Amino acid sequence: MSMKKHYQRPLDFKTGRIDMNHGAGGRASAQLISELFAPAFDNPFLRQGNDGAQLPAPPAGHALVMATDAHVISPLFFPGGDIGCLSVHGTVNDVAMLGAVPLYLSASFIIEEGFALADLRRIVESMAAAAREAGVPIVTGDTKVVEQGKGDGVFISTTGVGALPPGRQIGGALARAGDVVLVSGSIGDHGVAVLSQRESLAFETAIESDTAALHTLVAALLAAVPEGSVRTLRDPTRGGLATTLNEIAAQSGVGVLLDEAAIPMKPQVAAACELLGLDALYIANEGKLIAIVAPEVAEAALAALRAHPLGRDAACIGVVQADEHQFVQMKTALGGMRVVDWLAGEPLPRIC
Amino acid sequence: MCLALPARVIERSADDQLLIDLGGIRKSVSGALTPEAQPGDYVIVHVGHAIGTVDAEEAERTLALFAELAASQAAEDQA
Amino acid sequence: MKYVDEFRDAALARNLAAKIAAEVQPQRRYHFMEFCGGHTHAIARYGLAELLPASVRMIHGPGCPVCVLPIGRIDQAIHLALERGAIVCTYGDTLRVPASGGLSMMKAKARGADIRMVYSAADALKVARANPVREVVFFAIGFETTTPPTALVLRQAKAEGLKNFSVLCCHVLTPAAITHILQGPGVGPAGDVPLDGFIGPAHVSIVIGYAPYVPFALGYQKPVVISGFEPLDVMQSILMLVRQVNEGRAEVENEFTRAVSADGNRAAQAVMDEVFEHREVFEWRGLGEVPDSALRIRPAYAEFDAEVRFGLCYQGVPDHKQCACGEILRGRKVPTDCKLFGTVCTPENPMGSCMVSSEGACAAHYAYGRFRDIPVVAA
Repeated sequence: MSMKKHYQRPLDFKTGRIDMNHGAGGRASAQLISELFAPAFDNPFLRQGNDGAQLPAPPAGHALVMATDAHVISPLFFPGGDIGCLSVHGTVNDVAMLGAVPLYLSASFIIEEGFALADLRRIVESMAAAAREAGVPIVTGDTKVVEQGKGDGVFISTTGVGALPPGRQIGGALARAGDVVLVSGSIGDHGVAVLSQRESLAFETAIESDTAALHTLVAALLAAVPEGSVRTLRDPTRGGLATTLNEIAAQSGVGVLLDEAAIPMKPQVAAACELLGLDALYIANEGKLIAIVAPEVAEAALAALRAHPLGRDAACIGVVQADEHQFVQMKTALGGMRVVDWLAGEPLPRIC
Repeated sequence: MCLALPARVIERSADDQLLIDLGGIRKSVSGALTPEAQPGDYVIVHVGHAIGTVDAEEAERTLALFAELAASQAAEDQA
Repeated sequence: MKYVDEFRDAALARNLAAKIAAEVQPQRRYHFMEFCGGHTHAIARYGLAELLPASVRMIHGPGCPVCVLPIGRIDQAIHLALERGAIVCTYGDTLRVPASGGLSMMKAKARGADIRMVYSAADALKVARANPVREVVFFAIGFETTTPPTALVLRQAKAEGLKNFSVLCCHVLTPAAITHILQGPGVGPAGDVPLDGFIGPAHVSIVIGYAPYVPFALGYQKPVVISGFEPLDVMQSILMLVRQVNEGRAEVENEFTRAVSADGNRAAQAVMDEVFEHREVFEWRGLGEVPDSALRIRPAYAEFDAEVRFGLCYQGVPDHKQCACGEILRGRKVPTDCKLFGTVCTPENPMGSCMVSSEGACAAHYAYGRFRDIPVVAA
């Protein structure tokens, strides 16, 4: 940064805390930007130093896609990640699920007065590392501070822009009877990793959040099969696999038949769900995708997913079928049948 | 009702807490209701308390009964 | 998971299903009530109904503590949080149960009530220790399985001399509820409600043993099989019930021998007895007032009894007029007989108690079983 310094003492990242001045737009705000955000996220677009970024147009014929995501999570740091990397992965994935190549991100922070600068730095650095690793720069941003008690530490909103190659159509309404449902790996890891840290539920587990940017996995999949044969891509975040499949079934006007025995799940995730009375089908994932593909490419698509490090445990878990009621059903591992319904309210640990 | 699961006792501490393992996850639960439970035993865990112990022999007996049924069913199917 | 996975084996389930199908008598119909929500859940989640012959019908009983919690009790908990400024700790299950005035504990929380979800009763004590200047109330619900942990925290609170902790006790008793159903109109040899036997509670029986069920088996000539909650346990228990019916027996049999004895857990019974005594009468949602069917805190622990401490008076509140939960819990109706089912009353917006917990007869049927009512066009 070439901006001239108007402050003598650098920020105290050991014991310092965010105060209302850091969001007031004056010197304290400028210092926070120049000593934390700007060096961490550094890239030519951010260096323009304006309130927004001027970006090159996408290649001719490409469409622009845009996705936005607000991130609130408790605890902010959890096994396998934190709100920082999560806020990058979540939005990169939303763009990627449209079949687009993610290009740029924006980030806005709402920070609670009193929040430790050390924690903020950890989050920002994790975010910067995630953006670098994904190759998607954070090109503009904003920070506001709210009074103590009016926020939960920090909230981060990110928006992503991507380029969609000409002729590509991938969406929730495009699934049709006969298509095959693939999932890129074990389900429930993120939700269980986060739950394991909640004070009232605390348990020890080696399960880590699966938070990851999935755009390279999507690229590998799309490269392996003919254009048009991947109908739908979606990351089963909040509400889990069950809710996402119900959304797709409703959008496409079809039913889904799942095979419980085929759904990949880590034994520890299964155990934690049993303990808390939760159903892993409804637990959030942050590094998995559902792909609905034409039956004739199912094998090639599965092979492409499995060849990528983020899709090693990919599996074929069901089929799309004609169903005017748009039910998601499941053949249970025991051989029975059940409906896998929408999530009703927040999934709460239960005793009975 | 009454969500409860069998879990293996890893250790029993002086304050009646049990460290249990359930499919690779560990949790501390109260052992006050199962004074007999010792490391290696399986206890039934409900709302953070071990409410009973699993009788390993009886469990084997039930499973053997299922296996026997399977065998007799297979014989009938062949007949 | 040991003692779990072995009891979920698909091949063995098929065998048991074949055995049941082979042993049911062609001209006979079998109506069994699974008292516990745990069994309802297993039947729904594993799709067991699909594996049973058409002549075996399962009736979902009232053994879900959330489902039988009357509106008036939830109102009391909300009152303590909203009007009396108490921190109310509760199990996650109770948060969505509908209360008066369109409220629930979750909605009350949105209106400023300090309501905290706990996993264990012991966590409520931690909240009390951490907030010494606030009143902390543990909203205690559940059957005999969940009661001993509540008794332990009451004993602990007394030992520590905690001044800001109390329990709103809504613990209920299983044998009383089964007796009530058996005494209900239409049940019995001449009645119009066919009920040929009971699948008896798994985890409740770990605590109370199987001996307490002997009186109904004898008195009402209904077979009872105490069953584990895993799918193979349920299948095996159905087989055992079918055999009892075929042979004209009405005994208490124990399928869940790996965890249930005749006398149950004496240590748990002792602590419950020290802290709780029977209530003369308690209102159950759907069943109405049931004599001798619940527990209250003994006078020796009165300072920890929220009803005494806050001078609470119980005020019953009637359910929705068209709600059929009562008759569903008694086996007189099935969820789809109810006008509200799936239209006015859904898991997102439950009217009746059976739609609240995922173990409620209506919620389980809504979530897992609807496709049985609506033919699905195959692909």
